[in-house]
Amino acid sequence: MTTLDSKKLPAKLDNLETFIDMVSACAVNVGFTPDKVSSINVAAEEVLVNVFNYAYGGLDGDVEVNCLVDNSEMFIVEIVDSGISFNILSAEEPDITLGLEDRYIGGLGILMIKNLMDDVKYHRNNDKNILQLICLKKS
Amino acid sequence: MEIKEKKDSNTLIFSVSGRLDATSVGQFEKHIMEFINKGEKKLMFDLSGVEYVSSAGLRGILTTSKALKAQGGELRLIVCAGPVMEVFKITGLSSIFKIFNTLEAALA
Repeated sequence: MTTLDSKKLPAKLDNLETFIDMVSACAVNVGFTPDKVSSINVAAEEVLVNVFNYAYGGLDGDVEVNCLVDNSEMFIVEIVDSGISFNILSAEEPDITLGLEDRYIGGLGILMIKNLMDDVKYHRNNDKNILQLICLKKS
Repeated sequence: MEIKEKKDSNTLIFSVSGRLDATSVGQFEKHIMEFINKGEKKLMFDLSGVEYVSSAGLRGILTTSKALKAQGGELRLIVCAGPVMEVFKITGLSSIFKIFNTLEAALA
């Protein structure tokens, strides 16, 4: 596993752009198409915004983003926080068949993450949430 | 994110570029709501120049769409094939909104 780039910053919305710019630059360097880069950016944003909003319950805390490549086959965006234990993959998915009036306007992020990435892995280690967004380079 | 608006007969077209994300969605909603509150009824969001739309961006589109509908207005979207269209499909919102490929088709 090779680290392409890494950043650890306070878990605040103000830092979203810095993180996404890093993820985007790494995905471009790895050779993904502009469309795929956009999908990776969206998935990374969904995870990060969730960490910003909920991980530390209003208290200060950091989030770390690592862009990794594994055997040149997989590109991995790893998002690490030390907040409350939370597996975004176990979150309830919204009913996407409802009409505009009834539409619950939350919970769409999890759908995006699962559908845009080739694989998503979560584990809790040393009191940290570690979420990996995985894209196969062939896809 | 940048928004430019222009009027085509009675339709107000907003051309959005950059990222419609958690950072920019507040500015997006505020800008669009100014026009809805002025009584504009026929709005169009041209998203063909958008880099990506996240769930926060989608919520902004839903919120403004509901406000517009509440006062009897109509929203049309211009979305090209690609990652932006994909998020509309994934979330089922492609069946809720009137989505067109081109400005010409949306205005027809």
